[in-house]
Amino acid sequence: MTDAFIYDAVRTPRGKGRKDGSLHEVTPVRLAVTALQAIRDRNKLDTHLVDDVVLGCVMPIGEQGADIARTAAVVAGYAETVSGVQVNRFCASGLEATNMAAAQVMSGQSQAAIGGGVESMSRVPMGSDGGAWPTDPAVAIPMYFVPQGISADLIATKYGLSRDDVDAYAVESQKRAKAAWDAGYFKKSIVPVKDQNGVELLAHDELMRPQTTMQTLAALEPSFKMQGEMMPGFDAVAIQRYPEVEKITHVHHAGNSSGIVDGAAAILIGTKEFGEKAGLRPRARIRSFASIGSEPAIMLTGPAPASEKALKRAGMTAKDIDLWELNEAFAAVVLRYLQILKMPHDRINVNGGAIAMGHPLGATGAMILGTLLDEMERRNLSTGLATLCVGAGMGTATIIERV
Amino acid sequence: MINYNVDSDGIATITWDMPGRTMNVLNEASLTAYTGALEDALKDDKVKGIILTSAKADFIAGADLEMLLGTDTSDAAKLMDQFSQLQKIFRRQETGGKPIVAAINGTALGGGFEICLACHHRIAAANPRAKVGQPEVKIGLLPGGGGTQRIPRLIGVMNAAPILLEGKDLTVDAAKGLGLIHDVVPAQELLAKAKAWLMAPAAEQVVPEYAGKGAKPIDGRAVQPWDRKGFKTPGFPGGAVWSPPGVQTFIGGNAMIAGKTNGVYPAPKAIMSCVYEGLQLPFDTALRVETRYFVSLLRDPVAKSMIRTLFFGLQEANKLARRPKGVPKQEYKKIGILGAGLMGAGIATVSVQAGLDIVLIDRDQAAADKGKAHIAAELDKLVKRGRLDQARRDGLLAKVTATPDFGALKDVQLVIEAVFENREVKAEATKKAEAALPKDAVFASNTSTLPITGLAEASSKPDQFIGLHFFSPVEKMPLVEIIVGKKTSQETLARAMDFVQKIRKTPIVVNDSRGFFTSRVCGAFISEGHRLLKEGVPAAMIENCARFAGMPVGPLALNDEVAIDLSWKIMDQTRRDAEAAGQKFEGSGTEDILELMVKKLERFGRKNGKGFYEYPADGKKRLWPDLQKHFPADPKLLYGEGEEKRAKEEEIKKRLLYVQAVDTVRCLEANVLTAPQDGDVGSIMGLGFAPQTGGAVSLIDQVGVKTFVAECDEFAKKYGAQFEVPKLLRDMAAKGQSFYGDYHPAKAA
Repeated sequence: MTDAFIYDAVRTPRGKGRKDGSLHEVTPVRLAVTALQAIRDRNKLDTHLVDDVVLGCVMPIGEQGADIARTAAVVAGYAETVSGVQVNRFCASGLEATNMAAAQVMSGQSQAAIGGGVESMSRVPMGSDGGAWPTDPAVAIPMYFVPQGISADLIATKYGLSRDDVDAYAVESQKRAKAAWDAGYFKKSIVPVKDQNGVELLAHDELMRPQTTMQTLAALEPSFKMQGEMMPGFDAVAIQRYPEVEKITHVHHAGNSSGIVDGAAAILIGTKEFGEKAGLRPRARIRSFASIGSEPAIMLTGPAPASEKALKRAGMTAKDIDLWELNEAFAAVVLRYLQILKMPHDRINVNGGAIAMGHPLGATGAMILGTLLDEMERRNLSTGLATLCVGAGMGTATIIERV
Repeated sequence: MINYNVDSDGIATITWDMPGRTMNVLNEASLTAYTGALEDALKDDKVKGIILTSAKADFIAGADLEMLLGTDTSDAAKLMDQFSQLQKIFRRQETGGKPIVAAINGTALGGGFEICLACHHRIAAANPRAKVGQPEVKIGLLPGGGGTQRIPRLIGVMNAAPILLEGKDLTVDAAKGLGLIHDVVPAQELLAKAKAWLMAPAAEQVVPEYAGKGAKPIDGRAVQPWDRKGFKTPGFPGGAVWSPPGVQTFIGGNAMIAGKTNGVYPAPKAIMSCVYEGLQLPFDTALRVETRYFVSLLRDPVAKSMIRTLFFGLQEANKLARRPKGVPKQEYKKIGILGAGLMGAGIATVSVQAGLDIVLIDRDQAAADKGKAHIAAELDKLVKRGRLDQARRDGLLAKVTATPDFGALKDVQLVIEAVFENREVKAEATKKAEAALPKDAVFASNTSTLPITGLAEASSKPDQFIGLHFFSPVEKMPLVEIIVGKKTSQETLARAMDFVQKIRKTPIVVNDSRGFFTSRVCGAFISEGHRLLKEGVPAAMIENCARFAGMPVGPLALNDEVAIDLSWKIMDQTRRDAEAAGQKFEGSGTEDILELMVKKLERFGRKNGKGFYEYPADGKKRLWPDLQKHFPADPKLLYGEGEEKRAKEEEIKKRLLYVQAVDTVRCLEANVLTAPQDGDVGSIMGLGFAPQTGGAVSLIDQVGVKTFVAECDEFAKKYGAQFEVPKLLRDMAAKGQSFYGDYHPAKAA
């Protein structure tokens, strides 16, 4: 099998995913174009060498519809021979896109491909695409559909994670993100978003609340209590799948869940020969990747089995991984993962995560892979694993190794 | 059957009047006759408009359930054809080009209301007792005559939901308020108003959507809203399922259905699918989808089981199918009740509501008055809800004589003893009462556990002694278990049944035995809960699995309600009785749990606020956290997520139902129960046994006798003798028999 190497990774900063967010006025195509142009320009890449652009996008409708990957490649001025495909594996779309780009390279069908993702959550809100999963009675009922927040609270209840546990995790995430920004650890990957005249719109992650404390979080009401216990009563559905739970304790709120943001990311992947032709030095090799299905109602416990599968494919064990990234969809997702892997917090999400900086659904997977690689280089570590929990009960993981 | 008449103004009246029945129903014969009349009217050029009405007190009661229950469901394609016919008739009715008015003179339910919905205009006679609606869901079916399509298109999904998903019926005024009926008029003007609507000049000419391009416009009154260009379902912007409010409605609705049905009833889910899929389709295609779902429910054993028990079984019980023949019917005027506590006062309440005079006796005047105050409070509740007027309430209460004087029993026809559950106390009450009672009065003991034959020893007339086991709260619980002692006469049984019928409760007849039928099966359920707890199943899982198997509450919650110390006392009494008789005590194997809870921990249940649950003063009850300490849970069940854990859950659900079913068959084998119907009706009405199964006997037919026996054999090996199947059942399995076979209500009655 051909080796797939990561040559570079870029991301936009994350703007608040609301009407007053700095990126709200930027179309999702332009967000994606920003990432694609940046990765081309700073590598002086002849895009004729790129076979395909694979972009994750979770709400591929409206202005994110009609294959935003091909659209963005053309608008970015890539060679017209570069095809584009949009993929959706919910929250892991950005990592899945990268894995698919890598798979093209590993299988010898492409010499270079760009993986990445885009999501303007302020312009195409979550849930815009409907879908049979929650809506069609013949699907939702047998799948025990509940919203992710209910699943996260179910994880906390089932595995004994208290409100204090999840809040403490969130405070730490904010602290780490602030420290990383202050020390300039994200500089290598961040590409400011500019307007058509070159005027800068945003150069930093906009959502962070570094002043967050246990006290400020304590003031927040749980977000999913109402829809869980009253209308329409999702707790009763979740408990049908998990009858060992008497009552779900609602611990998640806006402060310990991932933030709603806008952003895009791109990762350049290619063969060794491609690097030689393009005059680029590889930064890391993709060791393995995996996606798995897990029980859909609890939904968010997929990262552990996905990681195990990726480790097994790479012939590795958890001990062989130096640094970890797990998307902070909800605090309980990370804390449960740490329980299973018996891992201390200081080896994972060392520069904070989506609780502090936000989770632009389609792009996050590619963003955290880039963050992981930057930090491995900074710390001079050899191996890293990035993973995400995924809607409808899935998990995706990727293992990289510096070269 | 169907009368057809055309008047000089060209108005045809089609009148439903099925011979030999008090109610019109939809069946093959009536629909064939109706179609003939309808075609006559549509094809006759002289006919300008059509009135649809009934000559009975009510309009049409719905589909003929006997016909449905007797339907051969083996060939799905054939069923599609068969039940598409109904849709075709109704569709023909509304697309025939002539305006049709339903003149709804009384109750119109199920298919009887759907035929109205397929009319262009609906006028109802003002009648507070008349009901309209779609009760199909209550027997595991869905409205298969277009109800799931026409109702949401008329009044929107949110308004349609309680009618379709809960089977909630409506008064005609409420139906008018929702927009399902256009007008409510005095009964005597009904036909005149219907004719007037038809005789008014046409306001508009419309080309219906089904007519195709270039068709001639017709009288707009003869075109349904959904057959007009640009029709939108009300409630959603643009009428679209995929509008944001549409999506939210279905997401929320799905969760509510899942939560309410606990996954055991297929009908609400199918109804929701009909609405969701149907509203995205052209009308005729939507009707076809509805028929597909209807056929799927008809082929599901749940509907057949529910119809058999909850309709026919209940009907037979209420008609006293098991009443000894040849005993003249006893008309009741006055009864006595001994003991004015919760049970005695409850029995008095339902009896006085049935118009009986009551003598309510307790040890002193104050205790007797307290019982009467309970009756007053219950009647006041009815007044508050508008179900009883104040004058009638006062009249009823005046029928109750509360007194400590046994002499007041001198002219009662029946007395019910509801004193403390203790042999000596009961014996004393029996003797005192008999001293005053008329010679021929029936003496009934409301005992839940003490064998009647033994209690009858205190009586000088054991042939007139019988058990009437009421359930608490008496006002709400529909069942009375009648217990026939060794010496109880057939006449006494017949007269006791007449009483139960008089107070509008449902009787089942059982022969005397420890725990009779219901208490015994209830005990088996609770003991299985105890066993699961001992095996390391998390308490919440036991309770939830019981509910998800269709039981109203879990075994531990139930034990808290009936009192754990009572369970201990019954167990202790049984043990001592066995020892006294020189027999080996055959316990349930969970005596140690009762000992621990009652003797060591003094947790008696809800009554002392401490049981398997704790009862905080300021909130909902919750499982006692220390249970985990005494009965450590299996970590695989506590922390598992996968298929292995779910398989275990399925097994727990089965165990909790099967253990009751096996015990019910033991009752049949020992002649405690004399008919499977009594086991089914009794288990559902008395214990709330999983209604989707049709009852504790019907469950076995639903599973299949052979499979059931095989599964029980496996359970017996793994979990104990409570699953050992009686010979009766093993023989049935060997012979390939079932309890109901090709049961047909007409044959059974």
